[in-house]
Amino acid sequence: MVVSAMASRTAPGQFWFLLAAALPGPAAAAWAINLQPPATAVAREIHDLHNLMLVICGVIFAVVAGFMSYALWAHRKSRGRVAASFHENTRLEIAWTVLPFLVLVGMAWPATTALVAMRDTAEPELTIKATGYQWRWGYDYLRGEGEGIRFVSALATPRPQITGQAPKGEHYLLEVDEPLVVPVGRKVRILTTSSDVIHSWWVPAFGVKQDAIPGFVRDAWFRAEREGVYRGNCAELCGKDHGFMPVVVEVVSPERYGAWVAQRLAAARESADRVFTIDELRARGEKVYAANCAACHQADGRGLPPAFPPLDGSAVVTGPRAAQLETVLHGRPGTAMAAFGKQLSDQDIAAVITYTRNAWGNRTGEAVQPAEIRAARGTGG
Amino acid sequence: MEIAHHTGHAPAHGPRGITRWITTTNHKDIGTMYLVFSATMFFVGGMMAMTIRMELFQPGLQLVAPDVFNQLVTMHGLIMVFGAIMPAFVGFANWQIPLMIGAPDMAFARMNNWSFWLLPPAALLLTGSFLAPGGATAAGWTLYAPLSIQQGPGMDLAIFAIHIMGVSSILGAINIITTVLNLRAPGMTLMKMPMFCWTWLITAFLLIAVMPVLAAAVTMLLADRHFGTHFFSAAGGGDPVLFQHIFWFFGHPEVYIMILPAFGIVSQVIPTFARKPLFGYASMVYATAAIAILSFFVWAHHMFTTGLSLGAQLFFMYATILIAVPTGVKVFNWVATLWRGSITFETPMLFALGFLFVFTIGGLTGLICAIVPVDVQLQDTYYVVAHFHYVLVAGSLFALFAGTYYWLPKWTGHRYDERLGQWHFWCSMIFFNVAFFPMHFLGLAGMPRRIPDYALQFADFNVISSLGAFGFGLSQLLLLAAIVKCVRGGEPAAPRAWDGAQGLEWLVPSPAPHHTWEQPPRLP
Repeated sequence: MVVSAMASRTAPGQFWFLLAAALPGPAAAAWAINLQPPATAVAREIHDLHNLMLVICGVIFAVVAGFMSYALWAHRKSRGRVAASFHENTRLEIAWTVLPFLVLVGMAWPATTALVAMRDTAEPELTIKATGYQWRWGYDYLRGEGEGIRFVSALATPRPQITGQAPKGEHYLLEVDEPLVVPVGRKVRILTTSSDVIHSWWVPAFGVKQDAIPGFVRDAWFRAEREGVYRGNCAELCGKDHGFMPVVVEVVSPERYGAWVAQRLAAARESADRVFTIDELRARGEKVYAANCAACHQADGRGLPPAFPPLDGSAVVTGPRAAQLETVLHGRPGTAMAAFGKQLSDQDIAAVITYTRNAWGNRTGEAVQPAEIRAARGTGG
Repeated sequence: MEIAHHTGHAPAHGPRGITRWITTTNHKDIGTMYLVFSATMFFVGGMMAMTIRMELFQPGLQLVAPDVFNQLVTMHGLIMVFGAIMPAFVGFANWQIPLMIGAPDMAFARMNNWSFWLLPPAALLLTGSFLAPGGATAAGWTLYAPLSIQQGPGMDLAIFAIHIMGVSSILGAINIITTVLNLRAPGMTLMKMPMFCWTWLITAFLLIAVMPVLAAAVTMLLADRHFGTHFFSAAGGGDPVLFQHIFWFFGHPEVYIMILPAFGIVSQVIPTFARKPLFGYASMVYATAAIAILSFFVWAHHMFTTGLSLGAQLFFMYATILIAVPTGVKVFNWVATLWRGSITFETPMLFALGFLFVFTIGGLTGLICAIVPVDVQLQDTYYVVAHFHYVLVAGSLFALFAGTYYWLPKWTGHRYDERLGQWHFWCSMIFFNVAFFPMHFLGLAGMPRRIPDYALQFADFNVISSLGAFGFGLSQLLLLAAIVKCVRGGEPAAPRAWDGAQGLEWLVPSPAPHHTWEQPPRLP
């Protein structure tokens, strides 16, 4: 049964085979055999270092395999060879201990200079904290232009594409609802940390991979040389949806970056005190739910009991709102339910609570406003 | 009937049937049980690998849910390392070391029984943890905290299994050290000992040094999970990275625990089929010892992206690069052993040569991973998956295959079917490379490891890799067929089953009688 299921599903695979054969351009990436094209000086240095290593190791392998192949061909019994009886040669043995050592020193030298440059995170122009959550990234612009901006960046690939009910898009699993936006040519320092387990913030084109460790802050840096969208993944196994928490960085011109910052800050000010209609809240809440809640509680609100309880018909979601606010803001210790108060804005929490109270079979008809969340934050622990 | 009792494999007296196997203190019986156990676990772990590769056959989620996928990845690793590779080498040690040094049995024969019989309960706990609420542990075989603290009761079962297997390994190691140091035949000095015994002696010291460290790591995990400690939780003053330091202080020597006995087997097989003594015996011994000592100073090269200080990164990079020197010496010595030999290509030799070719690739990719800036790109990608399968499958496993075919005539008294063996080698060799070589490309291009689904640009190489893996898995049925056929019958084997074979084990009849070397042999 497994075999027949597999056979019926090979079609997309064959499609990619054919596409790769037919198109030299875009599909060439599908047969990529080396590191991604570098977009920073550090990544280029890594690229060159890897190529150098590959050549050195290739030569070593060719020499070893060459001697070995020659012996296997020339010194066979079937060619009438009689075995020699030598079994040591001090000079030779010293030579092949010392020579590799010198080659290794030759490798270590460029590696050391590259590493020293990589680790120099001093004097950044922009400092951003990347916080790993199961299973999305939170970004806080801590210092530099855009200071105060914070948002959560979650996988944007629709569920049906993952389960095979819809054709997969171009950036399948490498797309997010809100990418990290940074200006081109500026030194950006990334501080990584985590709120649950160890994650790892990785953008291959920048040559940056830094573990995000709960309770600790680590750092890395990049200076993107070209505008564009750069895609990576969480690199450290972090649980169920480890494969579904991409990192997407949009590198834009300084002017566009300035405009983006202005628009972001204005929107935050504008929505802080506004009273929203229930439809506005539900529409926004549905998106927040898909990005933050659906992985466990499922898009249909039925959860995955017993680990992830259903929200459809839940006593907490349909009962007094204070209890739900408490749960969403502060999480449930000892369970997978995270404290979303630390991750999401007042607007997002208000929206998602409104959504869950009015989705599926839940029909409370209540709208929860951002001001209410702000008040609850003040009183909560 | 009387003669059969003395020359055959069955004991001349004592219990029969299942009681014989439960109560046996005979090194050959215990060796056989280790080998059967590890072969069983090899196929269990292999089924998990097949499921993993089916899920990765193409993008999207098809067969298993992401959490089940993570359980399979984790258990595949744990089972292959602790259930298949390690017990297999102990099985070889049990069978061969007494035969090769002229000892009547292992030094602690009763403890030997105990160290084997600890394994089946451990294996039951480990595999049975799939039935625990929430399933088996899904934290990866490295069990990194705090992810491992989040796991369900399956994690606790795995921790207990690791404790038990650790006890078994330590008992086995004590036994091997005592046997090798005290029970050698008169005249067999340490520097005349077969290389397999040397590599196992050094491996046994490594086991005693690091298995308690692993036990400590998982015990701290258990305490964090249930007894309110905070070794690995920053909120209580602990550090999640501490777990990685402890784990890899065990984990890197563990890598050599799984490869040094393989070096030993290859060092027995190559001289036999090159009909020429092992080149550079003394430097082989020194290189093995050097690798073992260096293995204690390189653990943090598994942690280059955790944010170690620059100084620590440089130290661990240099120490890791240094290991290439003794490893290189070994490879050069094997090539020099082949040089001007009189070479034939029976199955054991094919696997030893396959080992030499493919393990060298794995060693060189290890060197590439040692370069910190490059490793930052490769850490936790499929490149690493490719690298360690090149050293663990093409290294350890191929050496185990070589040793199996090499000593099967001694164990069973029959020659194995050479055609089956040759088929097994060529299928394994080709499919192994089809399965694992493309993983280098996937890792370089940016595919993380331990993911059930991937971006579209990785689709093509994953198809190839999966097809190779299915082929490799099926090829192992040939091994099973060859062994079963050889046990059941076949052309009788001479005491010296290979014309180029040297060593004491070839002086006893084939199959080796139940008791051998009751009188120690006289060495020149």
